[in-house]
This record gives sequence, structure tokens and C-alpha cells, in this order.
Amino acid sequence: MAFAIVEVCINCWACELVCPNNAIVEAKPHFFIAAEQCTECAGDYAEPQCVGICPIEGAIVDEYQKPLNPLGSLIPIPLKQRRETLTVP
Amino acid sequence: MVLPMLNPTTSFCGTEQPSHLPEAIRQKIFDHPCYSEQAHHFFARMHVAVAPACNIQCHYCNRKYNCANESRPGVVAELLTPEQAVKKVLVVAAAIPEMTIVGIAGPGDPLANPQRTFSTLRQVAEQAPDLKFCLSTNGLALPRYVDEIVRHNIGHVTITINCLDPVIGAHIYPWIFWQHKRIRRQEAAAILIEQQQRGLEMLVERGILVKVNSVLIPGINDKHLKVVAQVVKAKGAFLHNIIPLIAQPEHGTYYGLTRHREPTAQELATVQADCAVDMTMMRHCRQCRADAVGRLGEDRGAEFSLEQLENKEVDYAAAMLRRQAVQQALAKQLINRQCNSEVKLQFIPVKKKPLAGSPSTRSIRMAVASKGNGLINEHFGHAKAFLIYEASSQGVCFIDRRQTELYCEGSDICGDKEVVLENIIQLLADCEVVLCARIGFEPWRALEAAGLFPNNEHALEPIEVAVKAVYQERLNASQPAQFTTGCKIA
Ligand code: SF4
Ligand code: SF4
Repeated sequence: MAFAIVEVCINCWACELVCPNNAIVEAKPHFFIAAEQCTECAGDYAEPQCVGICPIEGAIVDEYQKPLNPLGSLIPIPLKQRRETLTVP
Repeated sequence: MVLPMLNPTTSFCGTEQPSHLPEAIRQKIFDHPCYSEQAHHFFARMHVAVAPACNIQCHYCNRKYNCANESRPGVVAELLTPEQAVKKVLVVAAAIPEMTIVGIAGPGDPLANPQRTFSTLRQVAEQAPDLKFCLSTNGLALPRYVDEIVRHNIGHVTITINCLDPVIGAHIYPWIFWQHKRIRRQEAAAILIEQQQRGLEMLVERGILVKVNSVLIPGINDKHLKVVAQVVKAKGAFLHNIIPLIAQPEHGTYYGLTRHREPTAQELATVQADCAVDMTMMRHCRQCRADAVGRLGEDRGAEFSLEQLENKEVDYAAAMLRRQAVQQALAKQLINRQCNSEVKLQFIPVKKKPLAGSPSTRSIRMAVASKGNGLINEHFGHAKAFLIYEASSQGVCFIDRRQTELYCEGSDICGDKEVVLENIIQLLADCEVVLCARIGFEPWRALEAAGLFPNNEHALEPIEVAVKAVYQERLNASQPAQFTTGCKIA
């Protein structure tokens, strides 16, 4: 039971500041969740804190690599316009 | 009437500092380049990028902040640790003695990074006691940190307030992170607005200067900003600044990608004027980068990159003495400008009533090329921006600052000169005169053909004096015609 951070992370520190278990560490090329320390916030909060504050869609994934903030969930930009201009998936 | 004094910590006879401001506030903003219309010609500020995390999302912001090419709020080249930031502040303060203010504004929200923010300010205060601090925040965490702000001797706080109505806010803020939950749309906007207003009230109560920034977003809050201006003024904000939305698709923001329209220079000026009816406006704000260094609009950040800081040693005690001397000289200049009857903003006396049937005395806008110090001292071709002034029978008034591409002379690398010139002419369409130190023959002809009269006769003169003189010249020039057509008054 643990989440992970993937390469679209912009290293903004937000998740590190709110994790109740100090499971998140600054690392290169991007932040990293120490799996053995991550409880998915069970027992601490109703919502996983890192997932709640992360501004980047797709940056935090569950154990099946499924994005916890999927595309379109944080910034409601129509997909067509994203494809036209976005360089980041 | 307060007598002019040389010590900036005492009174001064500002004509442009609104006279309704209490003395305590006028003292605090005397040398603040972001708050005082004239101080920004003399004093400088720097922002340090120590606060990466944010607790809300705004539709005009893209959290990918590592682009050095952009020049808009929230975008910084290098994130600094508090220790690096302290070093940078000391090096910059030693190199730029007129730097008086250290601000923390981003790339995230300073109060979403309380440890980094307050640790930076504490260390700077210990090592460079002559610097002042300011902070810019979205306001969500403000009520919680008011005590801390007071304790750290932060004199000025800027809150970005775009609306007072959650229905409008729902179109600006997709979510906030609040009490351990991500909250969305209208509910999010309602909480944010409540915290901003409470924070504003609490700061004012504690005697801290509060400036409010509003982003003008056409079709979203353009009609609403007048109410915002009235409310924040009533609650004690001493300045309200309206900045235009920047929304290019390449910024990757929501408004950029959805092609939301940016306000035109005229639209911005109109809303600013509308709100100025109720509010002391800061009109000369430049959209400085969150890590900008130097005088407003005169960005020297690249000179002080992390790499360059590494092996620099600063003897701050010696630097402080130098700073003191330079600042005293500047304060003297600034006071002279504000008190000297030749230079201060004067009401231009209306000489005679407009003649029957003739147009009443009109106002004229002028574009000025300036490198700083309040002088017309920039070559037209080197101007990165023009300062727009309006002269009327009421006096001379600063309107805004318009960024331009460089019309660089005699070089191929500057792009298509004609296109650039055409853009400048469009940018200054509402002006009648362009004041600069020098100008080439070609651009002179093109400006003149477009009805924008170039004028370099006032090179190196103080801007307001020159604007006033040119205004009268132009009025006089059009007077004879009026005399011949109007009926004569005995
Ligand atoms: S889910 Fe909770 S415990 Fe796990 S990394 Fe995120 S904040 Fe920390
Ligand atoms: S909050 Fe998201 S983007 Fe920011 S550091 Fe954590 S994972 Fe990366």
C-alpha cells in the first residue's frame, strides 16, 4: 500500500510539506515517495494529502500506476486544446 | 503643512503621495519602489524565490515555473534555499546600494511555505538590519500567519484579490487545498474569499500596510473590480493595483490554452481609471518577475545567479555604510523632486475659459522613453518600454507602462524593424507625442506619419516638467485657430 511520484512532477515541494508520515523526499530528477513509510494517509486523513495538494495531473500514481489526479481533473481544459499546445502529457 | 526634511524617516511634502494617506503610511512607503510613484525611479527592490509550494490553483498560473525566458509573476529561474537566498540578498544589497526592499512572492505562495519564508526573513533581518520586507500572498493562509507576520516585522503585504463573489471566483479558481482536503470551484472560491477578507482586516488592525492586487480578466471580473476597489479601500487597503491578465497559449495556463482574451491597454487604463475614483491607485506597477532584482522593470537577476554567488564574500558592515551614504543622497534627490516647485506635479492653471463653440481644453497622452531617475534619458531605439503620461488642465498624471519589443537600430539581429516599429505605433495609438533622448531619422519619419510626434528637445529633463511644457506648447499651437473661428471675448 503505497503511492509513487512519476516524471511529470515539477518538484514544487507541496506534497512534501503536507505528508503526515514524512514519506516524501526531495530527489533527482523528481520527488520520491518512500514506499515503506507511505500509508496512503490511512488513519491520519480521509484523503491522501499529497494527492490533495499536487497541482500536476498524473504526477502521483497508485500501486497499479493509475494516476490519482487524472487528466482533466485539476484544470478543466478541453482535451483538444491540450493536444494542440501542451508539451507535457 | 509639513516642512520638507532630508531624513526619509520623517515627513516629506509629497505632491504625488496622496495627501489623504496618514503620515505613518507615507513614511513607510517613502522609499518603497513598488508603492511610491516617484520612489521607483530611485530605489530598488528584490524578490527571492524561496517559496515553491502553493495551496491554490488560479487559471492564469502555470505551476511549471522553471522558464527563464518569461517575464510574468510567478515565473522564476532558480529556486533558492533560505541560506542561498540570504547570501543572494547580501551580495545584491552590497552591489546595489539603492536596494531597500526584500520581497517574497513566489513562485508558489509564501504562506504555503511558512518555514522557508520566515526562516529567510529572520536570517536576513539578523545579517542586514537595514533592509525592509514585504510579502505577496493569495490570502488563503493569511489569518493563520498574521501574528508571525507582525513578529517578523514585515511592513507591507500584498494580497491578490480578484473577486468578492464565489460565483465569479468559480471561474478563476478551480481548486484550493484547505484543512487537509482539496476543495473545488464555488465552494473553494467562497473559502478563499472569506480568508482573504479576514486577512485584510486583521493586517490593517495590526497596522500593516496592505496593498491589493487584482488581475483584470475580461468577461470574468472586469465589471466587478469596481466593487472590489470600494470594499478593500473601505477595509483599509492603502493601495489597489489592477494588473492585466497575461494569457498566451505557450504559457500553458488555463486561460492561455482556452484562448481567453487579454485586456487591451485601453481597457486596462479605463478600469484602472474607474477604480481610481475610489482608490489610490498604483499605476506604475510593472509585471516584474517573482525573482526580479533591481529597479522595477530593470531586471538584473541574471547578474546574480546561484553560480555567481558561490564564491562571493560580502563584508556587510562595510556595505551597509556605503548603502547608507547612497540612500541618503537618493532620498535628498527624491525630496527635492517632490518639493521643488519646478519639478513637482503641478496643476496647470487654466488660463482662460474655452471659447464658445471651441473644443474645451483637451488632454494629451505622451509616451516617454526613460532608463530611470525620472528623466527622459533613453534612446527611442533602446526603449524596452514606454511610460505613458497624460497631461490635462488638471495636471500631469502617470497612466501606465507599456512593454515593447526593441526597435534596435543598425543591426540585423533585431528582427524585422518595420514590423516592430508598426507594433510600437499601435501600442502607442492613444498618444500624441513620443518623448525620448534621441531618435533615428527613419523611425522619426514613421512616427510622424502615424500622427505620433517625436520630440527629443527635452532630453535629460525630468519627465513631468517636459510633459507639462510640451502640453502647453501643443495647446498654444492649436490656439490661434480657435481665435479665428471662435467669437471673441472682450
Ligand atoms: S499518501 Fe499520505 S502518507 Fe503517502 S506519501 Fe502521500 S501524504 Fe504521505
Ligand atoms: S506536489 Fe506533485 S508536482 Fe509537486 S513535488 Fe509533489 S508530486 Fe511533484
